[in-house]
Amino acid sequence: MTDLYQGQRMMRNMRKAAMQRGVIAILDVGTSKIGCLILRFDGPDHFRDAEGIGPMAGQSSFRVIGAATTRSRGVRFGEIDAMQETERAIRTAVQAAQKMANVRVDHVIACFSGAQPRSYGLAGEWALEEGAVSEQDVARVLAACEVPDIGPGREVLHAHPVNFAIDHRSGLGDPRGQVGNRLACDMHLLSIDGAAIQNLLAAIKRCDLEVAGLASSAYVSGISSLVEDEQELGAACIDMGGGATGISVFIKKHMIYADSVRLGGDHVTSDISKGLQVPLAVAERIKTRHGGVMATGMDDREMIEIGGDSGDWEKDRRTASRAELIGIMRPRVEEILEEVRARLDAAGFEHLPSQQIVLTGGASQIPGLDGLAARILGQRVRLGRPLRVQGLPQAATGPAFSSAVGLCLFAAHPQDEWWDFEMPLDRYPARSLKRALKWFKDNW
Amino acid sequence: MQPLILRRTDHAGPGPRDGAPPRPPERPGPRRDPAPSRIAYRLHRLWLTPSYRRLLRYGLPMAVVVGALGAYFGNAERRAEVVAKYHQIQREIETRPEFMVNMVSIDGASPPLAQAIRQSLGLSLPISSFDLNLPALRGKVEALDAVANADLEVGAGGVLQVTIVQRKGAIVWRSGDGVEMLDATGHRVAGLVDRDARADLPLIAGAGADAAVPQALALLKAAGSLRPRIRGLVRVGERRWNVVLDRDQVIKLPETRPIEALERVLALDHAQKLLERDITVVDMRNEARPTVRLTPGAMEELRKMRQSEAGAKTL
Repeated sequence: MTDLYQGQRMMRNMRKAAMQRGVIAILDVGTSKIGCLILRFDGPDHFRDAEGIGPMAGQSSFRVIGAATTRSRGVRFGEIDAMQETERAIRTAVQAAQKMANVRVDHVIACFSGAQPRSYGLAGEWALEEGAVSEQDVARVLAACEVPDIGPGREVLHAHPVNFAIDHRSGLGDPRGQVGNRLACDMHLLSIDGAAIQNLLAAIKRCDLEVAGLASSAYVSGISSLVEDEQELGAACIDMGGGATGISVFIKKHMIYADSVRLGGDHVTSDISKGLQVPLAVAERIKTRHGGVMATGMDDREMIEIGGDSGDWEKDRRTASRAELIGIMRPRVEEILEEVRARLDAAGFEHLPSQQIVLTGGASQIPGLDGLAARILGQRVRLGRPLRVQGLPQAATGPAFSSAVGLCLFAAHPQDEWWDFEMPLDRYPARSLKRALKWFKDNW
Repeated sequence: MQPLILRRTDHAGPGPRDGAPPRPPERPGPRRDPAPSRIAYRLHRLWLTPSYRRLLRYGLPMAVVVGALGAYFGNAERRAEVVAKYHQIQREIETRPEFMVNMVSIDGASPPLAQAIRQSLGLSLPISSFDLNLPALRGKVEALDAVANADLEVGAGGVLQVTIVQRKGAIVWRSGDGVEMLDATGHRVAGLVDRDARADLPLIAGAGADAAVPQALALLKAAGSLRPRIRGLVRVGERRWNVVLDRDQVIKLPETRPIEALERVLALDHAQKLLERDITVVDMRNEARPTVRLTPGAMEELRKMRQSEAGAKTL
């Protein structure tokens, strides 16, 4: 645990170094595509001092100067399955983006959807010594959170302090300087499979890149596709990717729950492939051109030429009606949504004040999905697209890029995590100067 | 939406759209890998490194040029060849007729002085104007005593124009070495065979007299009515003047304020005709006590007068 803690600190330092250099790459390692964006940071935000304009989540400070996507290979369920293949795919994307940006990048922030994320809610308490809350008190209350047994071989990916409370006042964002007797904090901890992280880090390292940050794609697509009041009042973002569907629940601008369903658009494709007996590539084409989930009478008459390359005229001339196609796709999509529903129920989503559900990700582009999702997930469902960021090509503004765009925002303006706070003094190495000072203070 | 009408096509695969040329059938076999090889990826990244790019863009051409020049000039013979060629071209340009000086024209000098100037310039005409060192030539000309000021100018048509301001003799100085003519500042103008060569100029004598020529001229100017009687001024001990008059009379002037002292003598002469009497020396060196020395005859006369006065008293 301490190793990863240090590792995350190191990544934060790396991110700072990249910011100073001004160029950083975003790598979205998905099951169906690998996307790479290159951001240029032009120093501090222009609009910082202007009246009435907030920091805009740091978006005004950067610009996308290179973008490339490539078909992903060697990734299943959002986890790296064949390292060599994935490495080649990452190289393809990074090189194309570098070529467009005409600049070399050394630091990369990556996100991935799989690796079985699990959420834990942590709580810690600390009796204040001096009345006013100092940075050290915050560090101690974070350290006092009891870490659950996250299982062998699992690592902490995110650890957000969600809420601070002093005595009976809760919902504090920044408790420093406030007076009270008892400081309590709630933390959301997201653990993932350590082996998956190691594979991803190794693949990126083999491309001569340095990792300046890691994020869960469910989290970052929530950042980019939920609007501000949804994040504030409570909403769930369903990122329907190729191999995995990420779920993240936000309230008060903090992620409080994240999970992933190991089902996605690729399963729909494979169903079509099996049902219509066509290759996967043809099935993907049929899905994207004719797919849908709500059948109408018109769909019975619309015949889809399936095609084939077998040489058998009867087989190559087959057609299927669009209703048949919908009949194949709908159960699978329903299954995904049912699974999401089950996860949200288990997380207690129905207790949130606002229960907005936002569907995003490449698989959310199936026509009629919003109607189907409304039946399963509740009435407050909308389709989400990522925020617009400066310089993003038109081709990369669709919902399939919500996690890449979210990662840009994450790079520009990361939320405070556990490792961004000070370490408690007694956790410092033995010969620390601060510890000597503390000893002086206590004994004189 | 796909059209609902099916059309028979001659080749396998999805039918071509209307108007579009028929695509060749896709070739079976593995698709080409779009991924760059490790080497290509690394080279591309290297190429995008700014320092490396600068090195290639500026460093490499510079190295090639410097290397080629270095290889060429590494040989001493070639170096000498190039230098010789350079000098030859330079010489050719310098000796073009436009830059040649064919004549020296001297203005403002008497013929003997012009001759002397020509000799001191020592130019072998024609000469290129690039070879003329005008400040040095000017120094040479001005080194002549008779030249107060010289302006040298290379004019149009290859003429070296020398404009001279001659020194004017203001006074004649007789010293141990001979008789010389000096200008008003005391600078030597020319030597004289004897004093009568310039009888119109006043005479001074004594060592160091040339250094005090302005004062001597001021004294002579102040002499006024006495001027015709003055034979000359004598510098005594390089510090003060004696005015020598005819009839061997001498006015000894003090070191400081000699003009005022001379004016006092003039006033005395005007009032009491001092200098017409039997006096050899008027000594004004002590301002508080001017002294006169009588001639021996006058002295005898004075003594007799004093004795007769004394005898009359004693009788």
